[in-house]
Amino acid sequence: MVSLFFLLIVAVALAAFAFGRSRGRAFVGGGARLHSLPVYHGLFLATLCVLPMLVALAVWTPLAPRYVEARTLAALPADLAPQNALEQEGRLREARLVALGQFAGTPDPGIAVAADAYSGARTEAEVALLVLGLAGAAAGFAFGRRRLAPDFRARNSFEHVTKVVLIACSGVAILTTVGIVFSVLFETLRFFARYPWYDFLFGLQWSPQTAIRADQVGQSGTFGAVPLFAGTTLIMLIAMMVAGPVGLFAAIYMSEYATPRVRAVAKPVLEVLAGIPTVVFGFFAALTVAPFIKSVGETLGLSVASESALAAGLVMGVMIIPFVSSLSDDVINAVPQSLRDGSYGMGATRSETIKRVVLPAALPGIVSALMLAISRAVGETMIVVMAAGLAGNLTFNPLEAVTTVTVQIKTLLVGDQEFDSAKTLSAFALGFVLFFFTLALNIIALRIVRKYREQYD
Amino acid sequence: MTTMPNIELAKATAAEAADEAVTKVVARDVNVYYGDKHALHDVSIDIPEKAVTAFIGPSGCGKSTFLRCINRMNDTIPICRVSGRIEIDGSDIYDRGLDPVQLRAKVGMVFQKPNPFPKSIYENVAYGPRIHGLTSSKADLDEVVTMSLKRAGLYEEVKDRLTSPGTGLSGGQQQRLCIARAIAVNPEVILMDEPCSALDPIATAKIEELIDELRENYTIVIVTHSMQQAARVSQRTAFFHLGKLVEEGSTEQIFTAPQDKRTQDYITGRFG
Ligand SMILES: Nc1ncnc2c1ncn2[C@@H]1O[C@H](COP(=O)(O)OP(=O)(O)OP(=O)(O)O)[C@@H](O)[C@H]1O
Ligand SMILES: [Mg+2]
Repeated sequence: MVSLFFLLIVAVALAAFAFGRSRGRAFVGGGARLHSLPVYHGLFLATLCVLPMLVALAVWTPLAPRYVEARTLAALPADLAPQNALEQEGRLREARLVALGQFAGTPDPGIAVAADAYSGARTEAEVALLVLGLAGAAAGFAFGRRRLAPDFRARNSFEHVTKVVLIACSGVAILTTVGIVFSVLFETLRFFARYPWYDFLFGLQWSPQTAIRADQVGQSGTFGAVPLFAGTTLIMLIAMMVAGPVGLFAAIYMSEYATPRVRAVAKPVLEVLAGIPTVVFGFFAALTVAPFIKSVGETLGLSVASESALAAGLVMGVMIIPFVSSLSDDVINAVPQSLRDGSYGMGATRSETIKRVVLPAALPGIVSALMLAISRAVGETMIVVMAAGLAGNLTFNPLEAVTTVTVQIKTLLVGDQEFDSAKTLSAFALGFVLFFFTLALNIIALRIVRKYREQYD
Repeated sequence: MTTMPNIELAKATAAEAADEAVTKVVARDVNVYYGDKHALHDVSIDIPEKAVTAFIGPSGCGKSTFLRCINRMNDTIPICRVSGRIEIDGSDIYDRGLDPVQLRAKVGMVFQKPNPFPKSIYENVAYGPRIHGLTSSKADLDEVVTMSLKRAGLYEEVKDRLTSPGTGLSGGQQQRLCIARAIAVNPEVILMDEPCSALDPIATAKIEELIDELRENYTIVIVTHSMQQAARVSQRTAFFHLGKLVEEGSTEQIFTAPQDKRTQDYITGRFG
C-alpha cells in the first residue's frame, strides 16, 4: 500500500511538473518575457503537490497502526478481552494471521470477528491515506497554479525549496547522531544504576560472566574496565609506533623525493592497502604474524602468548599506514612551493628544508592525521578479535594476550542476550566510553591545530 | 604607454663607473630546456661586481629562467636542463665538483612573492646562519640577525617583536624580511625576481632605496617589469626577448640609445 502511494507521488510530481512547464512555455509562446525558465514553473508546481502528500504520509504512518489495533481490540467479544499486554499482543497477532489467511487451523469465532474488523479498519486507513494525499496534492496544485504568471519568481521560490531539502538532509544526519548518542547514554545510565560507575571506570578486574540461574556460582560479574582500557591503549600505542613514523616518512618520500613516475605507481599501491578488509588483516595477524612472533620470542627465550598484543598492534599499525600517509601527503603537498624555494634559495638541502620548513608548516594537518589514525586504531575490532585474545589481563607486556574495549563489546553482545542484564548493558557503557574518548581526541586535535595556527599564520 | 618612459638618470655617472668594474658573473652560450621546450637560446653576458644589473623583457621571455641559472635553482625542477658555462669569480658553477648548496649560500635569492617561513622574525633571519653553521654562539647569532635586519632597513620597525611570526608583517616588510634573510648568510650576489611586483608604491620605493644601498656591498641582479624601476635602480640593463638576450649595456645607453629595434619597441611600450 505504502509503495503504491509512493508510485502515486511520483506520478503526481511528473504530471504537475509537465503541467507547470507547459504553462511556462505557453507564456513564452504568448509573447511574455518570463522571470524564470519554464522548468522552474514545473518544479515549483511539482513541489507544491508532492509536499502535502509527504506530510500526509508522515502523519499517517504512526497513526494508522494504532487505529487498526484499536478497532480490532474493540471488536473482540467480552470473553476474549485481553487481561494484560502479553495477551493483547497474542490476540492481535491471531487476528492479523486470520485476516491474512495464514492462520493454521480453525480460529476462535471471537477472533474471526476481530479479524474482520482488522481487515475493515485497514482498508479504511488506506483509503484515508489516498484521500488525504490526493486532497493535499489537489490543494497544492490549485494554489500553485494560480500563482503561475510570466513575472512569477518561480526560480527564487524553488531556491527556498532546495534550501529546505538540504537542511532536512543535514538535519537527518545530525539527529541520527544525537539519537544514537542519547540511546547509548541512557543504556549506560541504566547500567550504572545496577553497577557503580567508579567500580566500572577504576575496577581492575573484568569478568562479565553473569549467572543465568540464580543458584549458579559466581552469580554476579565484575565489570572493572581498566584492563580493557589498558589493552586498548597498549595496542593503540604499538599500532601508532608503526603507523606514525612509517606513514609520515612514506608521505615525505612520496611528496618530496619520489619522481612522478614512482609516485604514480606507489600511491595507488598504498591506497590498495587501505582497501583491504580488516578481517583479512585479522586473518593475517592471527595466522601469520602471531605464530611468527611466538616462534621468534621462544628462540630468544621469552614466553610469548599465542595471541599477543604485539601481533595485533603491529598488524593494526600496517593497516592504518595508508591513513597517515595519504592524509599527510595531502597536507605536505599543500605547503606552498614558494616556501621550499625560499629555503633552497638559502642553500638548504632537501632534508633541511623538509625538517625546518615543510614539516613545521604542515604540522597541524599531520597532527590531525595522527589523531584520526588513533581514532581508527581505538575503534578497530576485527584484528584484535582475531589476534589479541579475550583475556582481560591487566598488563603492559606486549607479549601477553590482552583484550580491548571493542572486542569486549562484540563478545558481550554476540549470541542470545537478555536485554536488561548488567552484562549486556555494560557493552553500552563501554561504547559510551569509547565514543567519549574519540570525541575528546578530536577536540584536542582541533585545539592543537588552532593553537599552532595562531602562532604561525 | 606610447612615449618614452620618464627616465631618471641621476645615476648615469655611477653607470659609467660600473663599466670599468670587475666582472663578477660571466655567462657564455647558456641554453635552457624545459623538457622539449627550448626556453633560453645562447645567452652570453657579463655581470659587473657591486652594481645593479636589471633584466627586462616581455612576460615569458626567460628572465626568471636565466636568473635561476645563476644560483642553480633550476636544479630543483626535474625537467629542466641547462647547458653552457656560467662562472662566478672565474670558477664554473656547473662544475661537477661544485656543491649547489654551497653556491646558493654565496648567491642569495629574493622572490617575486614575499615568502617568509612560518616562523618568528628572528628565526627567519637566523635560518641561513643556522643551517650553514656561520655562528658559534647565541650572541653571535643575535648580532648577525640584528645586522641583517638593519641592513635591510627593517630593524627599527620590528625590534620589539622579533619573536612574533614573520608572516604577520605587511607585504613590504615581509619582502624586506626576505632580503634580510638573504643577507644573513653574507652572500656575494643577490638575485631578485620582481621583488616589488606584489607591493604598493611606498613599499616599492623603500625596497628600491634599499637596493641602492646594498649595491655598495653586493652584486645585485634584478628582474623587473617596470622600466622606471630598471632606470632608477640599475647601472646595467639587459633586454630579453623570446628566450634570447637581445641587447645589453649601460642603463643609460639602453634607455636613450638602444641599438636593436626590438629593444626600442619594448621600451617605448610598443609590445610586451
Ligand atoms: N617549470 C617550468 N616548466 C616548464 N616550462 C617553464 C617552467 N618555467 C618556465 N617555463 C617556460 O620557460 C619560458 C620562460 O619562462 P620564465 O619564467 O623564465 O619567463 P619570465 O621572463 O620570467 O616571465 P615573467 O616576466 O612572466 O616572469 C616560458 O615560456 C615558460 O613557459
Ligand atoms: Mg619571471
